[in-house]
Amino acid sequence: MFSNYMANAWISGTIVAALAGAVGFFVVLRGASFPAHAIPNGAFAGAAGATLVGVNPLFGLVSFAVLAALGIGATSRRTRNDVATALSLVLMLALGAAFLTLSSVYEPAINALLFGEILGVSASEILPVFALGVLCLAALVLLFRPLVFTSVAPELAEARGLNATLIETIFLVVLALSTALTVPVVGALLTFSLMIGPPAAARLLSSRPGRAIALSVALALVTVWLSIAGSYTFNLPIGFFVGSIGAVLFLGARLWGARFARPQQRVVA
Amino acid sequence: MSDERKNAGGGELLRVEDVDVAIEGREILSDVNFRIDQGEFTGLIGANGSGKTTLFRVILGLQTVARGRVTIRGEALQRLNRSIGYVPQKVLFDPDMPIRSRDLVALGIDGNRLGFKRRTRADHQAVEEMLHAVDAQDFADRKVGGLSGGEQQRVLIAHALVSRPELLLLDEPLSNLDPGSVQEIIGLLHQVARQQRVAIFLSAHEMNPLLSVMDRVVYIANARVASGTTDEVVRPDVLSALYGHHVDVLRVHGRVMVVVGEESGQSFTAANHPELVVE
Amino acid sequence: MFDWLIEPGLFANHSVDNALAVGAVVAVVSAVVGIFTVLRGQSFAGHALTDVATAGGAGAFLAGVAPLAGFIGGGVVGAAAMDVIGVQRVKGRDIATGVVLGAAMGLAALFLYLSATHSSATGTTQLILFGSIFTVQSSTLPEVFVLSVAVLVVVAIIGRPLLLSSVSTELAFAKGVRLRAVGFVFMVVLAVSVGLSAIVIGSILSTALLIGPPASALKVVGRFGVGVAVAMALGVGATVLGVVLAYDSFYWFPSHRGLPVSFFVVVVVVVEFGVASVLQRWRHARTPTKPRVANAGDPIGWH
Repeated sequence: MFSNYMANAWISGTIVAALAGAVGFFVVLRGASFPAHAIPNGAFAGAAGATLVGVNPLFGLVSFAVLAALGIGATSRRTRNDVATALSLVLMLALGAAFLTLSSVYEPAINALLFGEILGVSASEILPVFALGVLCLAALVLLFRPLVFTSVAPELAEARGLNATLIETIFLVVLALSTALTVPVVGALLTFSLMIGPPAAARLLSSRPGRAIALSVALALVTVWLSIAGSYTFNLPIGFFVGSIGAVLFLGARLWGARFARPQQRVVA
Repeated sequence: MSDERKNAGGGELLRVEDVDVAIEGREILSDVNFRIDQGEFTGLIGANGSGKTTLFRVILGLQTVARGRVTIRGEALQRLNRSIGYVPQKVLFDPDMPIRSRDLVALGIDGNRLGFKRRTRADHQAVEEMLHAVDAQDFADRKVGGLSGGEQQRVLIAHALVSRPELLLLDEPLSNLDPGSVQEIIGLLHQVARQQRVAIFLSAHEMNPLLSVMDRVVYIANARVASGTTDEVVRPDVLSALYGHHVDVLRVHGRVMVVVGEESGQSFTAANHPELVVE
Repeated sequence: MFDWLIEPGLFANHSVDNALAVGAVVAVVSAVVGIFTVLRGQSFAGHALTDVATAGGAGAFLAGVAPLAGFIGGGVVGAAAMDVIGVQRVKGRDIATGVVLGAAMGLAALFLYLSATHSSATGTTQLILFGSIFTVQSSTLPEVFVLSVAVLVVVAIIGRPLLLSSVSTELAFAKGVRLRAVGFVFMVVLAVSVGLSAIVIGSILSTALLIGPPASALKVVGRFGVGVAVAMALGVGATVLGVVLAYDSFYWFPSHRGLPVSFFVVVVVVVEFGVASVLQRWRHARTPTKPRVANAGDPIGWH
């Protein structure tokens, strides 16, 4: 599995994992798991639409992901977050279903988009993926303090002059770009899992932001490497491994934490 | 500390005996003893962080005690005795919640009941009476999420009282109200308590507004408690023993001011003891 | 050919009338369960359970077991897992949902791959996700009806404690409501409800009808009972209108392909929501009310 032709898989997987681990830390911190699940589904619809129109699917992925993110952000201001996300999600999925019906996409291509494909990123795409990935990571580094501040204490942050809405929008766009990059490798349905399982596990193991992010990235890398290896060896979809390993990591972290927990005050029966 | 019997209400309703509570190694309550009789109006007075909430949690069955016991009419406390009603400090209602004041009070009757039983005419009557008793008719048909703090409080009181508890616990009901509303709510509680024959036990960090209505005060400081009438409890000797250092009590124009010295010094800081607020 | 293009679940073995009847039943159940789902802030769990149920269905398909059992069973197992991890607490509930959903999607990937390699079913994947692959056999219909009625009965039984705990966990606790038990029963009810709708109308519509009509209703009504009725009306209306439009769309495109029912129903649901939002804003402009924050503080620590 370490042959030349798998090099792309390892490289793209590594980039994507590092990005997902970092972005995922904030997803977990901000309670944005639902958008993290919804946006890649929107991205999928975009890929379907792009294929219909005859454009490079990657373009559809990115544009619809960003559209979904902005849509969720805008609607959230008028109604509850989760209702906004749910409605944006079903709208995207319905569009995707419509696009699929109108076009005739080859089924393995759909499966690859949904569940991941270790060779999902071709050699020519590595460089743009790397560039966008670095861009997203740079944005996170630059906005690290404001992001943490607005996630943990939004009113205080506003009082200090931080524009929470702007930061939220930027975060959603970074999330959208990250998912668009991750979808070809891990699949639209499992991208969010990479951004939730490992970071949630990391957060259970460490409460200091710096350490938790590093741990989150490390766990995401482990997840993706094991998934690529597993997918190659057993010839099963990469998404299966991502979902399962993510869940195992989370449960493992929970059990680990439980061993050291202080006995809680029990309630009178 | 002294625990005088009061002939006002009648029988004993709540008794807290020798209660110690420790949370994560810290002593929160120590050797707490007091009783509340039927129909009495009792104030739980103490600074923020003095353990008032913990004491309420004990009475509601949410907090285990390291020592001692709590009894209702002589019987050991079950979790959430039906005889005890509770009004939380502030309930944040979702603005979209399609529940009117009237509906919330009705849920006070059957909110915990499983099954299909429809509400009877008597139920609706009870709701109307309670809305009238707390003077909430003007906003009976408005969504609870859109009420002001004072209006919400009345509805919460009605909700708790409609099931006819014998003891009503109120968690800092006065803390978020403007001074005018404070007097209104106290008057309302006093009146309703008499009408419904309910004992009132409310917590506050400022006792002056309550002086005219309280039958008994339970003063909490330094994890310890002194209970009795205001005259019995709010005295330098009693409170000094409670705090563990010298305390002066001043009476200014019919109001009480407790002046707590720091250790052996005479200085005091108003920030530490809000009961020192001079009106 | 026809059934491949339009929701096979609705059309394959029935006349349009039957499809509408079943769709309407599902819409009604979704409205009732959905209004609690929205009020309790569990929209993510409601959507996630649809996907979990679908994964269960894929597993059942692979194992050769009755698909309905897979949908319902998978959903209930998922709901139980979410409950154990902590979906009832407001903080961290999205993690509980997300982790279970991730695991379920991973399993779905496995099941579908194995199905594709072991059977000759084509279009399996997208049909499972966007439409019901399990053409609802007329023999399953009685079970769907019975389960729907069961869901409504259970909701009626726990209705008051469920409502009070949705209004305020503190007040509910103070009245003696067993919060954890009621919450768990609701999660199971939610799982069964979305499992039913997923198998009958597909996972997209399952979420759309669970969240959309109740959310729209909540924007315009003042009483809970009225809200449920309006949600039902909006849900059934969207379903009927969607089916009709889908049928008509067959004639709109030169290639005579038509668009899926799910597309039209979702569009109607979203339009309903838009209209409701406008109505709400219009009403607020005329009678100003104080803005309130919608996140329950919990000083006495009920959890």
